[in-house]
Amino acid sequence: MADEALFLLLHNEMVSGVYKSAEQGEVENGRCITKLENMGFRVGQGLIERFTKDTARFKDELDIMKFICKDFWTTVFKKQIDNLRTNHQGIYVLQDNKFRLLTQMSTGKQYLEHASKYLAFTCGLIRGGLSNLGIKSIVTAEVSSMPACKFQVMIQKL
Amino acid sequence: MVHTSLDVVDEKISAMGKALVDQRELYLGLLYPTEDYKVYGYVTNSKVKFVMVVDSSNTALRDNEIRSMFRKLHNSYTDVMCNPFYNPGDHIQSRAFDSMVTSMMIQVC
Repeated sequence: MADEALFLLLHNEMVSGVYKSAEQGEVENGRCITKLENMGFRVGQGLIERFTKDTARFKDELDIMKFICKDFWTTVFKKQIDNLRTNHQGIYVLQDNKFRLLTQMSTGKQYLEHASKYLAFTCGLIRGGLSNLGIKSIVTAEVSSMPACKFQVMIQKL
Repeated sequence: MVHTSLDVVDEKISAMGKALVDQRELYLGLLYPTEDYKVYGYVTNSKVKFVMVVDSSNTALRDNEIRSMFRKLHNSYTDVMCNPFYNPGDHIQSRAFDSMVTSMMIQVC
């Protein structure tokens, strides 16, 4: 159990660290969120390279998304995505009802607005993983009630 | 010559489609009439292509050896990717990677 706590604590520190070292005006225009997302992007690229080393080739996009939901999520967060929805036209919604990085926060309205900071890294993680597999995408996240959250993936057709 | 082989790799990937689910792609068949070279290809899930050009006079190379060489290459490449100072797409300048490749080449020759 201890190793899960490590990443959680590191992640929390990371978020507060980025915000502390932000200059004037950066907090408002969302540069911090971008920094966190880019960190997640690079990490996601490396992680995917390691995880897909021994797996069979993916047949199509849906296969890749399923891999992200099951294997990737399990390795990083020790659980699978609870719900995957798609409109078969390039939009996927991944729902996690008990997102690991949010479980330690109490459920209160004032925390909801800050939740997006904690989701930025994971959005980048998904985007980086997908980009290394050859899929360009935009990933956004929303929290309606702690600790459940939804990640929306929009595939960019080139 | 390597560019031609890259074209063949692309052909193979698009032709495979639903038939093969296996990750590895090992082919031997790019023998040029004038120069005696054998070209092997290997594609990872992240669409990275490894191309190996071998002199035909070295006939002792077996299938397993080629496969194991590609696995070693893939493992080293994964390590390079995880290096936070490395930007994907750059020229690889890792010493560990270079020494692994050199030791592999020395083993074969």
